[in-house]
Amino acid sequence: MTAPQPSPTVHVVGASDAEESPDERRIQGRSPWVLAWGRLRRDRIAMISLGVIVLIVLIAIFAPVFTLLTGHGPNDQYRLTGLSPQGLPVAPNHEFWLGTDDLGRDILVRIAYGARISLLVGIVATVITVAIGVVVGIAAGYFGGVVDTLLARLVDVVLSVPFLLVAIALVSITGPSLTVVILVIGLFSWASVARIVRGQVLSLREREFVEAARSLGASDTRIMFVDVLPNVLAPVIVYTSLLVPVVILTEATLSFLSLGLPPPTADWGGMISEAVPYYQTSWWFVIFPGAALLITTLAFNLFGDGVRDAFDPRSERLLQQ
Amino acid sequence: MIRFLIRRLALGVVVMWLITVAVFALFFIAPNDVARTLAGRQATPEVVASIQARLGLDQPLWRQYLDFVGNALHGNLGYDYYHGVPVTTIIAAALPITLSLAIGASVIWLLLGVSTGIVSAVKPRSIADRGLTVFALFFYSMPTFLLGLLLLLYLYFYLTLAGYSWFPPGGYVPLSQGVMPWAQHLILPWLTLALVLAATYTRLMRGSMLDVLGEDYIRTARAKGIRESRVIGRHAVRSALTPVVTQFGIDLGQLVGGVVVTETVFSLPGLGKTAIDAIGQQDFPVIIGIVLFASAAVVVANILVDIGYAVLDPRVRLH
Repeated sequence: MTAPQPSPTVHVVGASDAEESPDERRIQGRSPWVLAWGRLRRDRIAMISLGVIVLIVLIAIFAPVFTLLTGHGPNDQYRLTGLSPQGLPVAPNHEFWLGTDDLGRDILVRIAYGARISLLVGIVATVITVAIGVVVGIAAGYFGGVVDTLLARLVDVVLSVPFLLVAIALVSITGPSLTVVILVIGLFSWASVARIVRGQVLSLREREFVEAARSLGASDTRIMFVDVLPNVLAPVIVYTSLLVPVVILTEATLSFLSLGLPPPTADWGGMISEAVPYYQTSWWFVIFPGAALLITTLAFNLFGDGVRDAFDPRSERLLQQ
Repeated sequence: MIRFLIRRLALGVVVMWLITVAVFALFFIAPNDVARTLAGRQATPEVVASIQARLGLDQPLWRQYLDFVGNALHGNLGYDYYHGVPVTTIIAAALPITLSLAIGASVIWLLLGVSTGIVSAVKPRSIADRGLTVFALFFYSMPTFLLGLLLLLYLYFYLTLAGYSWFPPGGYVPLSQGVMPWAQHLILPWLTLALVLAATYTRLMRGSMLDVLGEDYIRTARAKGIRESRVIGRHAVRSALTPVVTQFGIDLGQLVGGVVVTETVFSLPGLGKTAIDAIGQQDFPVIIGIVLFASAAVVVANILVDIGYAVLDPRVRLH
């Protein structure tokens, strides 16, 4: 199980040869994608964040290396060395670099394996969310009329359902599992994407190039996905990059409420949940998994902010250079 | 305005109807054998059947749905599977706790978000602005449950160890036992919820204020010699608040999620914790009742926010 690398830059570069904006500058022939990538590359905070994200991805991929280094598996319980005589977790020492948890397991190794879950869910659920949202948004904006009204109401419903309550109810019926967590997040988060895409498509569909495509006999499907879709990609990419940290937080929250992955799977939210009864005696049990989660979401948020700035330099930035 | 109201209410009704269908489909068509669970492992088929009949589980689905909606409309949300307590009683007991948490947190959240946004916008790119930005980003990336635990660790545990027992570790004291004990027990949960949610509002208010401060009428107001504090307070903040009101309506649903987590961390027996506990016991009437009630509350609150918005900004009514 390897976590896919969350690098929107790959999309950006790859997309540049797929479509050219009609209003690109003739002199140098640089597409908006190349310009955006150029701006992103000069953005120091975004590049540092990207470095942190790459590091986390590497930790996730090479999690077994931590097992090799320490000699501890993610679910191995060290009842003699990993627990104090009173049966409490052991503080960081030369054997357990970040200490142990309530069952005498190595927190460092579990954090490394937990990165796999966070990234996997963060990326797969985001892709599902964006895919549903884009299809619904394009359909609503392009067809208009009854389709639009129905889909818009559906979006309203999804947005007004208290997501977490229904999500935990659903998970409790089906039982906790990775698939359910990913589907729950995907099925309840697409509405905002659909809203953004619909707004863009509403104005795009009146443009000449859509009329031209239609007069050439292109089908609705072709117009929607070959002609219109590339033109909404920029806002979608920006939104996607800012959605990943939200999804990672949601997954951690579900796990914290014991509705994420079943134990003994190492998972950051689940680890923090296990630490609750021990926060008074074993700070490391809360602090290290918490720091891993916080650093990850911070890095994704800062990077997403950089991506937004690269595509739309006039937009309001979170952090000024 | 009347037409706007009718349209808005109709939408609310449609949304509620779809939610009941979704909730019903989720809980009544989903494969689970409540009667068997309740009857115990050694129950005879007759016992299981009688329990099914008592709970109405032997009726055809459409009948169950009509009963379910009819009962809900009459304020009857069924009985808890284990103790036979009416779900409405359970909700009524938990509601004051959840409301105390949600309303208190909302007040802190809006005050904090709006005031920091104003401070940021009045002197953009100043040290205060940059500090608040970093602060906002930090809390925006922070999981609610982690913040709750960190507050417990530092403000309750370490502070109490140091001899300052200002903050209790959790639990709920009803308002009837005095405002101070009530507020003291809720201050950490309020901060947990408010700090995470306020982060977005600092940015939102800052952006909105910066837009408004560039408007001509602000220049006019200054040119007329009005004091700067009055220009900001009276002329700018008022119109800058409009997007904040919209966002607040959207975030009410998110508030429900935050409430569930915060109640769990601080062991407050409100609606969220009750729902989580009910899920552990597969006590479906309680879960359904709370999900329906919370959804209805969010829908009604959204309508109220939209009406408030329409009063503030007459242009909205046209759409």
